[in-house]
Formats: sequence, C-alpha cells, structure tokens
Amino acid sequence: MFKAFCCIVMRDLTLAMRRRTDVLTTLFFFIIVVSLFPLGTGTEKVILQKIAPGVAWVAALLASMLALERLFASDFADGTLEQLLLTPQPLFVLVLGKVLAHWLLTGLPLVLIAPLVGLQYYLPNDAVITMMLALLIGTPVLSLIGAIGAALTLGLRGGGILLSLLILPLYIPVMIYGAGVVSASAIGTTDLQAYFSILSGFLILALVLSPIATAAALRISVE
Amino acid sequence: MSINWFKYSSPATFYPLAGKMIPFFGWLTAILMAGGLYWGFFETPDRLSDQKEYYRIIYIHVGAAWMSMWLYIMMAAWALAGLVLQTRLSFMIAKAIAPTGAIATFLALWTGAFWGETSWGTWWDWDPRMTSELILLFLYMGYMALQSAIDDPRRADRAAALLALVGLVCVPIIFWSINCPDPNECAALHQTSNPGGGNMEPNILIAMLVTALAFWMYSFVAILMRVRNIILERERHTTWVKELLEKNK
Amino acid sequence: MSAISDFFYAGGYGFYLWASYGAAIFLMVGELIAARQQHRTILKRLSRMARMNAAEEDE
Repeated sequence: MFKAFCCIVMRDLTLAMRRRTDVLTTLFFFIIVVSLFPLGTGTEKVILQKIAPGVAWVAALLASMLALERLFASDFADGTLEQLLLTPQPLFVLVLGKVLAHWLLTGLPLVLIAPLVGLQYYLPNDAVITMMLALLIGTPVLSLIGAIGAALTLGLRGGGILLSLLILPLYIPVMIYGAGVVSASAIGTTDLQAYFSILSGFLILALVLSPIATAAALRISVE
Repeated sequence: MSINWFKYSSPATFYPLAGKMIPFFGWLTAILMAGGLYWGFFETPDRLSDQKEYYRIIYIHVGAAWMSMWLYIMMAAWALAGLVLQTRLSFMIAKAIAPTGAIATFLALWTGAFWGETSWGTWWDWDPRMTSELILLFLYMGYMALQSAIDDPRRADRAAALLALVGLVCVPIIFWSINCPDPNECAALHQTSNPGGGNMEPNILIAMLVTALAFWMYSFVAILMRVRNIILERERHTTWVKELLEKNK
Repeated sequence: MSAISDFFYAGGYGFYLWASYGAAIFLMVGELIAARQQHRTILKRLSRMARMNAAEEDE
C-alpha cells in the first residue's frame, strides 16, 4: 500500500518535471496578485503591513485553486484515472498520493516564496517566519479540500469557475486563522500557540476525511 | 402494525401524495401567517417602541433565518439518505429544497440589512451572524450550480449530494471560525443583539414563533411543488406518467 | 383614513418595513407562481410529445 502511494507521488512529480511551466505559472500567478495589491491600495507602509496577511492568504487560495483543475484532469483525459479506480489498492491512498504530489508542486513553492511577500509589504522578520509556518500547515489543507471539488467537477464544461464557487467558501476557516496568526505576530503577540493548534487540527481533520470524500467523488464522476 | 415506508419512496406513489399534501400545507401557511401577522401588528402593545415600528421586520427576518439553516440541514439529510439508501426520490427532494433554502437565506440577509440600517445605522456589518448567513448563501449557490452543471441526472444527484454532505461537515467549522477569529479571546465576540435585548415582549415572541412556523409550512408547499415538477421531468418515459397525461386530457 | 396611512407610515420606518415585507411577498409568492407555471409547461410539453408519438404510431 505504501509502495503504491510512493509510486503515485513519484509518477506525478516526474510528469510535472517534464512540463515545468505549469508549476511556474502557479507561482507567478501568486507573485503577480500579491504585487498588484500595493498598486491598487497605495504604497503606504502602515496600510500594507495591515493588509499583508489577508492579501497573501487570498492570493494563496486563488493560486492553489487554479492549479487544482489539473489535479485529475489529465489522468481523466488519457484514461489513467479509470485504471486507478480499478486497482486493488484502496482508492483513498492513491488520492492522498496525488494530493501530496500536487501540494509539493503548488503549495510548497508558495511557502518558499512567502519571504518575498514579507519584503514587499514591510513585514517584520518574525511575522515572515510565522507566515511561512502558517502556509506550511495551511496550504496542504487547501489542496486536500480542493481535491474534493476537483473530483466533483471532473470533465465538466466551465469546471474551473464552478470549482471556485464550490471550494472557496470551504477555505474560509483556514484563511481566517492563517491570516490571523500573521496579523497577531506582526503586532508583536507572542502567544501564537492557539492559532497553530487550530490550523494543525484542520490539517489532521482534512487528512482523515478529504481522501475518503475525494475517492467517493471520483467514483461518482467516472462511473 | 408496520407501515411500508418505502412504498412512498417511489416517485409514482409520492407524486399524487404530494399533490394532496400541497393544499393542506398551503392552508396551514395562510392561516398561520395571517394569524401571526395580525397578532404581531395589531395585538402587540408597542412596548418596544419609542415608535420604533421597524421591529416588525422580525416576523419575516427570524422565520427566514431559521428556515435557511434548517433547510440546509434537511437538504444534506436527504442527500445522505439518497447516497445510503439509493432512493431516487431522496435526491429529488434534496434538489427541490435548495432553491427554497437559497431564497430564505437571501430574505434573511435582505430584511437583516433593512433592520440593520434602522437600528444600527448601517446596511451591512461584518457581524458573525450576518457573515455566516452570507456564506450559507454561497453554499446553496454552489450546490445548485454543481447540480445544474452536470447533464447526467444520476451523476448530478450524487455529486451534489456529496457536496452537501461536505458542506454540512464544514458549516460548523466555518461558523465557529467566523465567530471567533482570535482564539485567544473568543467569548467576547458573541453578538448580544437579541431582539428586545433578550427579554422579548411575550406577544411579539408569540407572533414571531407563529410566523416562523408559517415559514416552515410554506417551505413544504414550495418544496413539494418543485418535487412534483422534478418527478414529472425525470419520469416522463414511464407508463404511470403517460397514464397521468391520458387522464388529464 | 389616517389610521391606514399611519399604519403604512409605521412611525417613519415605513420604507424599511415595507421594503422587507415587499421582498418577502415578491420572492415567496413568485417562487410558488414560478413552480406552478413550470408544472403547467412540463405537462403541456409532455402531452404534446405523447400526441406526437401517437401520431407516428398511427402512420
């Protein structure tokens, strides 16, 4: 079972490395959105510091959501997905593998680019580190929840915009605490334990429930 | 004595049953609504008032808000029943509930805005309850959008049902996180604007409960009417629908 | 007469009160009318289709 899991992860990573632009597009989408906000709101330091956590998180939500459409689409198009459904391995393990690969390609780069946001928005160093940590815990939750939506909208016309309608409301809790912890850290609060506990709680909950729901959604969509 | 409940889970038997139930719930709605509003408008001493008669919005606001949440739970419950028991009718009921729920949610927001403008002086406030209601509207919209985006009714039903269940799991978490964005100081944020500050004038309370009940009965009417439409649409190739058309001629 | 106008004036809050009630009546009655209209359209369409099929069988 673990072998099948690793196999899926390696396969998806290899496939993605052959088409690196997909990964870079997501990353640059994030950077562009984050860079546009100061142009719209004005570049006053106080304002930017205040909106930075929210902007970074909304941009992260949108970036990870845009990438979701591709999570199952190409496998669905070339028939690999049907083969995956037929394997004796439990489907949720394979789903988990695909989501992990997807996160490594789209979520992790966002975590690593976060200091750039800190730079653009004059965030103190502590807040930048907090933001990276929050994104590190939070973006996998986004990928996991999003996978359900991606499976439900598989192969539909206008699936991408529909996906956003279904999934964005479900991202709210992650965004509230993810942005909240950065704001708290930026104004010098030291007691951030509660935020990280809640975010980790979301991650555990999503890890347990989302692969099962995604597997069910895939069976509904493919059969 | 045991009743065979599954008999009524067949669309062919439910269709005429729903037809008989609609007038019943319709009259119940009319009576309760008329009674509740009469009581609320004319039999209530204006004790709340320094002539602040806007509080009468309460008779639609509360009913709509309660129904918006109750209908989402019901929709998810029927969706679950459909997924577990594999009954087509359950999916049809879930599908029929969504628009009524969305309308109730919209009404709660709309009347809330007018109430807010009179009592707080603002149309919109990012108060936890209002925000939660707005998110609920998004969830209804997502359900209906997914349902209508899929052409194959079997897949549409099951996909939307799964979405409703995922939504049901997420709703408490979403509401809770909106209520308490800072985990270090949670209790402070609960809204204390109970109509009448918690000790409501009993006549107003009675009128409000009666009208809320009327909203519930109204939901039955709207949902049953829509279920009948969905049944006809889906079962148009079956013999019982053809016989029904023969009779209607 | 003035009792009625007082009623609709609602102590100066008439606009807010009746905008709320108006929306409720509009949406709820509209929902029922729309459902009824849809019911008729479906019945009409289905019986037309049934007639068409019957006509084809006759030929």
